[in-house]
Amino acid sequence: MKVTYYPGCTLKTKARNLEDSAVASMKALGVEMEELTRWNCCGAVHSLADDDLIHQVAPVRDLIRAMEQGSDAVVTLCSMCYNSLARANLIMKNDEVKRKTINDFMDEEKDYHGELEVLHFLNFIRDHVGWDKVREQVKVPLNDMKVAMYYGCTLVRPGNVSIEPIGDTKVMGEFLEALGATPVDFPMATTCCGSYQILGNPEAALDVSAAILESALARGAEAVILSCPLCEYNLAKTQGQLTEKQKLSKEVPVYYFTQLLALALGLDSEACRFDLNDHNCLNFLKSKSLVA
Amino acid sequence: MSQSESTPKKTQIATGDRAILPKGAKTIPIFIMGKQYEVPETLTIMKAMEFAGFQFLRGAGCRGGICGACPTVYRMPNDYKIHFGLACQTVVEADMYLAQIPFYPANRAVYKLEDIEARPDMINALYPELFRCVACNNCTKACPMNVDVLGYISALKQGDIARAAEISFDCIQCGMCASRCMGEIPQYHIAQLARRMYGKYIMPKAEHLQKRVDEINAGKYDGLLEKLQKMSHEELEKLYKEREREPDLAPNGTWVPQDAQYL
Repeated sequence: MKVTYYPGCTLKTKARNLEDSAVASMKALGVEMEELTRWNCCGAVHSLADDDLIHQVAPVRDLIRAMEQGSDAVVTLCSMCYNSLARANLIMKNDEVKRKTINDFMDEEKDYHGELEVLHFLNFIRDHVGWDKVREQVKVPLNDMKVAMYYGCTLVRPGNVSIEPIGDTKVMGEFLEALGATPVDFPMATTCCGSYQILGNPEAALDVSAAILESALARGAEAVILSCPLCEYNLAKTQGQLTEKQKLSKEVPVYYFTQLLALALGLDSEACRFDLNDHNCLNFLKSKSLVA
Repeated sequence: MSQSESTPKKTQIATGDRAILPKGAKTIPIFIMGKQYEVPETLTIMKAMEFAGFQFLRGAGCRGGICGACPTVYRMPNDYKIHFGLACQTVVEADMYLAQIPFYPANRAVYKLEDIEARPDMINALYPELFRCVACNNCTKACPMNVDVLGYISALKQGDIARAAEISFDCIQCGMCASRCMGEIPQYHIAQLARRMYGKYIMPKAEHLQKRVDEINAGKYDGLLEKLQKMSHEELEKLYKEREREPDLAPNGTWVPQDAQYL
């Protein structure tokens, strides 16, 4: 089974820490990540309008590029890319009328019928690498580290693209356990981070970010992991404002899940890229003696 | 004309401002802005239009496929596809249905290259409409130079300025991409910004060139230029005719002129 890696635009600009840590970790685990040679934006936000098919063209074109490369599946890191690719894929697989309209419009491309599988990186590690292999390769176990598993929306909603049955936190839990960390489930694990409301209605977005982080703290979490650059912005990059406005009682280190993977595999700072996170992220790891 | 009179068997279409059709030359029908004209086959669209009586005041430039002034849109019978080509490069076909688009208005941001850096967010700030792309690929299909327009737009969204500069290298700024864009993106202007950023800030600098520029600025050649300016026409002609020339087949970097004082 040939799996091609779809990075997404944000991973090449603002979220290099998500991509660099994942690529380096896979290399350390002996898994080659072949990047799609030609790709465009995934569409970012799945269009809910039933007749707005033009916004499915971008993700479908990416899937066609992967098919041309002889792939059986596309793996993504960014939750949002995962969501828009997976949902466009379902349309092409199951909706005969929309499939025909989209294929007719893209008459310069090969027809696509949802032949490929769209995977999120967490499920890819579980099914194609295996927790045992990860566990064997861990050089720096993240012992005594209590980590909240933040899924957000796009990994689990809607149910037909959810990376696991909605409400479960099994895959992130198994992932953290393989690294030696203690997973912390918390009530707001799948509450929306505020998404793009941070632009139009920032106070509401800040309130919900604070509530999510407080909810994780209340369950004893010391840190949070996630897989979405927009969630990372709302839950991490806003923390200065949150504490200043006294919406948040204390700063909480927030990491991309792949950064903790790279750290546990004993990879260097160029792989972990904590330099792109807030300063409290590195301080926390120093306090745990996990980095020098 | 004397040459064609002495060799009457050779049919030749006289060139110049307007092609003159020899007897028996085959013509084909084309439709220019909806009106039918009979034009000689083998002509380019531009020559055919001039043959039909059109005179280009704008919409024609280099006539060599480089300047981008003469994009043409055309359709063929029984084909829903819209085709694009440069009028000076595309040969007419029978029943071609065409119109010229000499200029297409597109938003062009104002910036001083000295005041900006080669950073993706700088491009995003100058051209926020970049993110209106839905990857429909109409831009690529409209390009008469076969540039992967969606490819460089995607590269810019991914923050890869060098790649965008490379992919867009053949762009002649005709604007057909912008004419077809449902996101109203001025692709060709954004690509030009990317190439400017690449040229000024990313591409390795040619040190030998900078050295030569410094020498020029320091006045190394001022005396020589002054001497040339004072020469008579005859003296200049003599100097030119007697100049040392690099032999055509000299291996690269081996030839040195006798007089090397200005090197």
